[in-house]
Amino acid sequence: MKIFLRNARIIDPSEKYDGMFDILIVDGFIQEIGGSIGGNPVNHEINLRGKFVVPGLFDMHVHLREPGQEYKEDIASGIAAAANGGFTGMAAMPNTDPVVDSADVVKYVLDRARQSNLVDVYQIAAITESRKGERLSEMKDLVEAGAVAFSDDGSAVTNSQVMRLALEYSSMLDKPIIQHCEDHDLTKSGSANESPETIKYGLKTQHHVAEELILNRDMKLLEAFGGKYHATHISTAQSVDLVAEAKRKNLPVTCDVTPHHLFLDDGLLSAYDSDYKVNPPLRTRGDNEALIAALKDGTIDAIASDHAPHAIHEKEVEFDAAPFGMIGLETTVGAVMTKLYHEKILSMPQIVSLLSTNPRKILGLPIPAFELGAHADMSIIDPEYSWAVDPEKFKSKSRNTGFKGWKFKGSAVGIINGDGFYFSERLK
Amino acid sequence: MPQGIKDLLGLRDLPKEEIVEILDTGRSFREVLERPIKKVPTLQGTTVVNLFFESSTRTRISFELAERRLSADVVNFAASGSSVSKGETLKDTARNIEAMKTDVVVLRHPSTGAPHFLSRLLKSPVINAGDGINEHPTQGLLDMFTMREKFGELKGLHVCIVGDIQHSRVARSNIFGLKKLGAEVAVCGPKTLIPNYLEQFGVKAFYDIDEAIRWADVLNVLRIQLEREAGGDFPSIREYRLYWGINRSRLERSKKSIVIMHPGPINRGVELDADIADGNTSLILDQVTNGVAIRMAVLFLTGVKSS
Repeated sequence: MKIFLRNARIIDPSEKYDGMFDILIVDGFIQEIGGSIGGNPVNHEINLRGKFVVPGLFDMHVHLREPGQEYKEDIASGIAAAANGGFTGMAAMPNTDPVVDSADVVKYVLDRARQSNLVDVYQIAAITESRKGERLSEMKDLVEAGAVAFSDDGSAVTNSQVMRLALEYSSMLDKPIIQHCEDHDLTKSGSANESPETIKYGLKTQHHVAEELILNRDMKLLEAFGGKYHATHISTAQSVDLVAEAKRKNLPVTCDVTPHHLFLDDGLLSAYDSDYKVNPPLRTRGDNEALIAALKDGTIDAIASDHAPHAIHEKEVEFDAAPFGMIGLETTVGAVMTKLYHEKILSMPQIVSLLSTNPRKILGLPIPAFELGAHADMSIIDPEYSWAVDPEKFKSKSRNTGFKGWKFKGSAVGIINGDGFYFSERLK
Repeated sequence: MPQGIKDLLGLRDLPKEEIVEILDTGRSFREVLERPIKKVPTLQGTTVVNLFFESSTRTRISFELAERRLSADVVNFAASGSSVSKGETLKDTARNIEAMKTDVVVLRHPSTGAPHFLSRLLKSPVINAGDGINEHPTQGLLDMFTMREKFGELKGLHVCIVGDIQHSRVARSNIFGLKKLGAEVAVCGPKTLIPNYLEQFGVKAFYDIDEAIRWADVLNVLRIQLEREAGGDFPSIREYRLYWGINRSRLERSKKSIVIMHPGPINRGVELDADIADGNTSLILDQVTNGVAIRMAVLFLTGVKSS
């Protein structure tokens, strides 16, 4: 199998290639990169004039719902959504049914994922048994089975002793603890941010300090006991400050933010549409701005979607009764290109760090390289492609996105991952 | 001819003119209630469904009387013992009933935003009879109607809402409506029962009931839900009664006449003592009577549009 990409603008973090290049990929490996490669017959020849070719994008926070909730999403549909959204890899959270807290379940997921060669699926295992926050899961065995990190995502580990043990035990394995920061005593059943805006809507609320309390405590634990820590979907201005302060102390901390916490705010709850019900909740415009500033200055390391599929019948209910979460695999690149690239907030190399190389580094995974002989792992982005978000066209099984109806400029149009490849109909 | 309104979801987004229109329309229905035959043919042939997903006596009877006095056909639905207990969704319940060719839906629901959700799904007008901790617009309107009846005008009137503001849809509809009509609004209660950010609505907060009484022309006293004590939102019913309960000695100390209102049902001897509730400054029973008139007005204005 030979794929020949012509006139590709490579965005390469190693900065070896800058400008337009031809790339010849043979049987999943890069055989040639050059100014102009002459022509043996190939299976696919694509002119990428005006498109960016970047190291394969990686979403480090997705919910694939398999095993247990395949009606929302399964590994195959999640892979299709990821490929359509421009991702060659992703890490799945363990809050499935059963929970991924044993080696058997890790093996099951990875085995299922291997049936597709398109997108690499990595599994994050639970920090604690059944995600109850009480006893550590069999962390070493989980790593042996292939787990790349630990998280009780959806719940925080609120017991400080358990968190201490998790940091200490996982440091032995050199795998990060990924915390969903939320003091559950404080948030209770709140489904919206507590703010001047949401107080108008009469919703049960949760205060942003609930996120910051756990993050702040964890920084103290990290300083005292070591380990490797990653705060996922941070959503508040003060969480940014806490991470920045910890980084100044050189603590081994990283964090990610979702596109919805960057670009959507709590004013959207006025119509009680549960597609905007997420946890952490959509925050204020001020928080949006602080998070965007933190992408610029490097405080935030990664953008991850927290792709959280829910069936239509689950979301089409009273706001209180609806589950938290929105999908994101197929909108992240559009949102980032529209709001961060075209508005000149971030450069393409910065975007590539946030969406590809940093999340891979955080999880200790190999970084795709544009080098002769390297495994081909790349995404193609058309920065000028204009489109409107129509959830009906998603490859995901679910439709719950807060970006519905948004007009985006910029889209993923294809991926190549070894001998797997996907070219979107948008690739012209 | 009145213009009519599509839905009544809340007073937050209802323009001042429409609030005034409802209050004015209520006045003519109030007169109907004094006639020997308290029935008009206004909504003959119109079918109103009362969808009650939460227990209610006063509001449900008040709506039903209002509907019958307008000659509407009435269907009552209570969640318990219905398809809901078999797991049917709100969407299906409402759309199935509408498919039977009903015209207006009155919805009481424990979730905030449920009427807004239904109004997107149904062609029929939806009247909010209380949603979660959000709004109870007909209660807000009948409270304003009662104050207007008593004082003539709401502009400049000092109304203090006392009790659990945090979880009260009555408080919120009162605040939104009264502010639009120019009243001064304050709230009073333990700090843990008063939401943050109220100042953006121009609402003052008192934590001392005696200060509130000195300030107010009207005290709108809310029911203290006994389950809030169990939830630990304030220390005890005893402490609440001691420091926020409305009683004779407290009112006499203020040496001024102050009007007492309460949306009911009253916990006598907790938030309000019996002699005050039944006393000559109490408008509580007027509120109940006016409730029927206001609901007739709302049904008339929404039903007119639908038929």
